[in-house]
Amino acid sequence: MAGYSYLRPRKSVTLTVLLGALIVYSVLPLAWMLFSITKTQPELLSSFGLWFSGPFALFDNLQQVVTHDDGIFVRWFANTLVYVVVGAGGATLLATAAGYGLAKYRFRGRNAVFATILGAIAVPGTALAVPTFLLFSQVGLTNTMWAIILPSLVSPFGLYLMWVFAAEAVPSEILEAARVDGAGEWRTFFTISLRLLAPGIVTVALFAIVATWNNYFLPLIMLNDPNLYPLTLGLYQWLADASGIGAQPVFNLVITGSFLTVVPIVIAFLLLQRYWQSGLSAGGVKA
Amino acid sequence: MTPFLVVFALFIVTPLVYSMYLSLFRNQLMGGTTFAGFDNYVTAFTDPKLWDGAGRVGLFFLVQVPIMLGLSLIAALAIDSGRLHGKSFFRVALFLPYAVPGVVAVLMWGFMYDDRLGLTGSLNDLVGFPLVDPYTKQWILTAIGNIVTWEFVGYNMLILYSALKTVPVEIYEAASIDGANQFRIVRSIKLPAVRGALLIATIFSILGSFQLFNEPNILKQIQPALISTYYTPNIYAYNLSFTGNQVSYAATVAIVMGLVTAVIAYVVQLRGTRRDV
Repeated sequence: MAGYSYLRPRKSVTLTVLLGALIVYSVLPLAWMLFSITKTQPELLSSFGLWFSGPFALFDNLQQVVTHDDGIFVRWFANTLVYVVVGAGGATLLATAAGYGLAKYRFRGRNAVFATILGAIAVPGTALAVPTFLLFSQVGLTNTMWAIILPSLVSPFGLYLMWVFAAEAVPSEILEAARVDGAGEWRTFFTISLRLLAPGIVTVALFAIVATWNNYFLPLIMLNDPNLYPLTLGLYQWLADASGIGAQPVFNLVITGSFLTVVPIVIAFLLLQRYWQSGLSAGGVKA
Repeated sequence: MTPFLVVFALFIVTPLVYSMYLSLFRNQLMGGTTFAGFDNYVTAFTDPKLWDGAGRVGLFFLVQVPIMLGLSLIAALAIDSGRLHGKSFFRVALFLPYAVPGVVAVLMWGFMYDDRLGLTGSLNDLVGFPLVDPYTKQWILTAIGNIVTWEFVGYNMLILYSALKTVPVEIYEAASIDGANQFRIVRSIKLPAVRGALLIATIFSILGSFQLFNEPNILKQIQPALISTYYTPNIYAYNLSFTGNQVSYAATVAIVMGLVTAVIAYVVQLRGTRRDV
């Protein structure tokens, strides 16, 4: 990119330092967590939060987390995976198909559908949760895995992202050309569109995964069997155990468990960076 | 298309309609559920607990959202300016907290706020007097605001940054040929370019503020005395339906808050887009 060089100004140390302060703020709690998972329960309560102290108890903590209460944490982990794979996976499929359909096919009532869905983004999950709970309890779905999976299947925001992305990324001319060449709609979708849509799909999937992985309110009201809990609710349960009156203090479990909850999702984000960053940029075009 | 619409109808439209239906009834210990017309709405509009919570989230919105979006905007502009060392590191590191589950975010901050477990004790020792004590009535809302800011600064930064990336390079070239300096470019090109994205971020933040639930509800576990059962409208609705068995009134509270939120979001949107034409 010649001619752009005068728009590549000197790097500014001041600006780097200033923004560095913001980064420190961003990573501070994570750093605190990394130090804390190496400490024993008494050290946690007595030592300075941002440095090591006492015996290196990380492996001991990890072992306690996975064995505490007959290994319930492992169970929660597995539950979360089920919720994420089925719920977020399903949400991504549905949002992709629907977003693509909205972007590339004209049909009657298309604008009405789109307006309704945009409106639905604004409907807060918490407002839906109570009536959903009541409906589910009438059909006997509460306190089952379906109670978490079914509502996670709808992602109006995912559909919106996908719609915007498909409109940009898949030129209608290519579809026309494929049709002229005699490719059926399904074939066109799978051989051409799907490939072009990949960054958008990854973005939608990641946001659906984050939403499901981090879901707390829905399980809180739907489930009362600890065997069905996802990680978030399990940790909340441990916290309640740790801070209740006369409770056994298990702060080291809560903190180490939190760490194990964060790691997979952060890794997913870092690995898939390239995709979601380009996916989001396209979302920003229309926005 | 059709499958999406089916689940959409089942899990968004049906509960909405059902909650409107519920809000027209009254639950009583004696006599069961009876039709009440708009009585619940009358009660809601004069319910001091609801307005207490609504006032709190309103204040939260007015203070926390501008701070958060301001930080996001500064970060986005700084990263886009190309004047940073290690810009992609900044982008990812700032965004990282968004991936952290809300429960974990609250746990971490909740512990760090604690003067035994966390850092505020160390900080207060360092300055020699109790500078901050997040677990007091005066500080707790700020403490919650800090957690929410931490979670979403990077997310909003990314939305704004994506909008900045769409500005064609030629425009900057033309501007610098015309002698515009960095600040002029920011003011005349970049800020207008992010207006739409900023509007979207604002509207999402409005929704987030008025629906505030997770952070205070989890902190309540650590500090039960500081957070009431009607601390935010959502906590109020939750407690009404799950501990008070007042499902109908809870539905009404949810609907009233939904309407209030929608109106505010709409006003912001009107103000935000007015200058377009």
